[in-house]
Amino acid sequence: MTHSGSSLPDLPNCTSTAAPMSEIRSPPPDRVLEIVLENVLHFLTCRRDRNAASLVCRSWCRAEALTRSDLFIGNCYAVSPHRATSRFRRVRSLTVKGKPRFADFDLLPLNWGAHFSPWGSALADAYPWLEKLHLKRMSLTDDDLNLIARSFPSFKELVLVCCEGFGIAGIAAVAANCRLLRVLDLVESVVEDADEDEEVMDWISCFPDGETHLESLVFECVECPVNFEALERLVARSPYLKKLRLNHYVSIPQLYRLMHRAPQLTHLGTGSFCASDDVAVGDQELDYSSAFAACKSLVCLSGFRDILPDYLPAIYPACANLTSLNLSYADVNADQLKPVILQCHKLQTLWVLDSICDEGLQAVAATCKDLRELRVFPGNTREEAEGPVSEVGLEVISQGCRKLQSILFFCQRMTNAAVIAMSKNCPDLVVFRLCIIGRYRPDPETHEPMDDGFGAIVMNCKKLTRLAVSGLLTDQAFRYIGMYGKLLRTLSVAFAGDSDQGLKYVLEGCPNLQKLEIRDSPFGDAALHSGLHHFYNMRFLWMSTCKLTRQGCQEIARALPHLALEVIDSQEDKADDHIEILYMYRSLDRPRNDAPKCVTILQ
Amino acid sequence: MEKMVFEETELRLGLPGNNKKKNNEKKRGFSETESETESDENNNSDETSNTTVDLLLNLSSPKKEANKNNNNNGVVAENHSSPNNNKEKNLLPSDPAKPPAKAQVVGWPPVRSYRKNMFAVQKSSTEESQKNEKNNNNGNGNGSFVKVSMDGAPYLRKVDLKNYNSYPQLSDALGKMFSSFTIGSCESEGMKDFFMNERALMDLLNNSDYVPTYEDKDGDWMLVGDVPWEMFVESCKRLRIMKGKEAIGLAPRAMEKCKNRS
Repeated sequence: MTHSGSSLPDLPNCTSTAAPMSEIRSPPPDRVLEIVLENVLHFLTCRRDRNAASLVCRSWCRAEALTRSDLFIGNCYAVSPHRATSRFRRVRSLTVKGKPRFADFDLLPLNWGAHFSPWGSALADAYPWLEKLHLKRMSLTDDDLNLIARSFPSFKELVLVCCEGFGIAGIAAVAANCRLLRVLDLVESVVEDADEDEEVMDWISCFPDGETHLESLVFECVECPVNFEALERLVARSPYLKKLRLNHYVSIPQLYRLMHRAPQLTHLGTGSFCASDDVAVGDQELDYSSAFAACKSLVCLSGFRDILPDYLPAIYPACANLTSLNLSYADVNADQLKPVILQCHKLQTLWVLDSICDEGLQAVAATCKDLRELRVFPGNTREEAEGPVSEVGLEVISQGCRKLQSILFFCQRMTNAAVIAMSKNCPDLVVFRLCIIGRYRPDPETHEPMDDGFGAIVMNCKKLTRLAVSGLLTDQAFRYIGMYGKLLRTLSVAFAGDSDQGLKYVLEGCPNLQKLEIRDSPFGDAALHSGLHHFYNMRFLWMSTCKLTRQGCQEIARALPHLALEVIDSQEDKADDHIEILYMYRSLDRPRNDAPKCVTILQ
Repeated sequence: MEKMVFEETELRLGLPGNNKKKNNEKKRGFSETESETESDENNNSDETSNTTVDLLLNLSSPKKEANKNNNNNGVVAENHSSPNNNKEKNLLPSDPAKPPAKAQVVGWPPVRSYRKNMFAVQKSSTEESQKNEKNNNNGNGNGSFVKVSMDGAPYLRKVDLKNYNSYPQLSDALGKMFSSFTIGSCESEGMKDFFMNERALMDLLNNSDYVPTYEDKDGDWMLVGDVPWEMFVESCKRLRIMKGKEAIGLAPRAMEKCKNRS
């Protein structure tokens, strides 16, 4: 399998000067085909295509491995860092995902794992030319960030999504040492400031002097004040900066200044969108709309934390060009939303809070004919009889936004009729996630379960790959899913189903299922068993507070040696054998040795 | 109406007698959640009907099993095992008017915790009061952000005390932030009673895993809940969730201050 690269001609994306004809050594005959292959494979960018190519035969596998520059690891425990770096030798961009999604909702214990450190050291050895690192739901420390900052001289892009464990010191190290940095995106990550006794570190000042290569700087989630003067200077010397998302310590007058410094911005996340303390009402207010008018290239707006809706009109000049608007931190009502949304004809992505009510959704439906993605978040997360949005809002959206591809909708009540309507009006739906906050809630009009609504979605939305269900659901809903959800890859289930049969329908019926997360549903060992034929094709399965027993899981573990079954349990002695959480995933390597005590890995 | 079920390892700085537990039902069947939440008082507590909270609680200190002063024989009532449950669920369609439960369940609805905390109070406050609060803040600039640390947790958090109206709301939010650990509700009325009764306080601290404490304007570390909410927000500089045993040292000081105020 070893293959020296020295006899390869230059690869398409390496620069070199062409050698004169007489000096080119012709490669040995058996290598010609491989060289051709490598050159051709360079054009394959999609990882699924590459995976398919690598299965053709050994030489294709080798060639593909040598030419893959973007490596995607969907589960950090599916493969060891060593195995990954041994096979793929020329990686320049790496994506690693760690914890399962339910960790976001506090269902996974702290210290469960997904530590970046082993990856960090492997990468530093294997890929000194590494340029991009994308991590999601990983745990990384300041030391890890230090390592990243110092190990990769060509480092350009760091994106951390839903990560935790590090602080300002780590970010400062990256800012100071990665001279070619283009992208520093900290998204929904927990970033702590320095020790209580120390001063908050000024990481913005750690960027080197002189013109930067920065194209994207996102630090909304960084929970500590920034040195604004330094930030303003940084923005002023970053001519390539297109994306800037500020944290809520940046006030609106400060935002004003930044926007005038960077009129070339395309993506802006405002900081705190309300009056600052030192400007009394009545004092001469800056004309904030001039800032939005100055940034003629703005297509994406977000932020709006601590919003004072009086300031919302400032964004009018930008509305006509907006394709993406995130107001999900802004408690605005329908009347406050309407003047904004009625100007947003080009909007494709909208995230809002349910404070806009069905009436606000009506305004969206009337104007945003191009809408592809809608997310409606709950302002109040308690289970109530009624809420500000309902089946009325869903139905008007389905009528107005026919091109809808992705929807996430939180509500307190929903009818089958509205869901069925959406299934018919929006045939392009790829992602349908409906969360009726009241658990086990039936259709309030018919008092039926929500089976038919979700059934219609899987039946009519032929492109559907991701589904999240809620409300009162019987096994019948899962029968529909198994019957029609042939392209389904991700399924989220909570408080649903009657019996093992429900899960059986899904495991037997959905050949493309890769990610299955289930909580609080009455599925047991027999149901789990019905998926044996499929588990190696899945990225993971999560089942918490179901009816699984340790014994049932043990049987699965015995049957499928390349499956890691993590049983996470707080109780050591229990009267019954039921487990609390099963997190199961395929893995090519030995079970991990960094699990906390509450995790048992079955073999 | 019976109070919500609490785990022994949950701290509850509530009325003495709150420690009384039901016969250990970690996983309450759906029917049980329904009946319990009819009481208004229960809305304040960090109740759960989900064993994953228990799971998370016990992680930090497995030896707390020994401290449990209740018969926690590991009998786990299953979520859906009782034959009644299916019937109860089928009853639902004919009784749609009553929402199933007002209990807050861990991880439900599936929104990240910063979304839950963000609008805890904003629904009820007008813009005017928001402005006033900002003018009256205790000098922390944006809102009243205080650092929250927890012994043993790897990182700090920050909370804006202005987002909450009462101790139970704060405790709810803290419980979600430090999801491994649940800090029980701290009714302010109940707290006063507690602080009048030193023995009860000592008992509680001895039996609890974690206690929320705060550093006040004078630089003293106090137990959370000893003063009315508004006074607390004004004087709190920093929060620390410390081990119950360590917090015992604070109790005398808490008593002292309480006596001085009353």
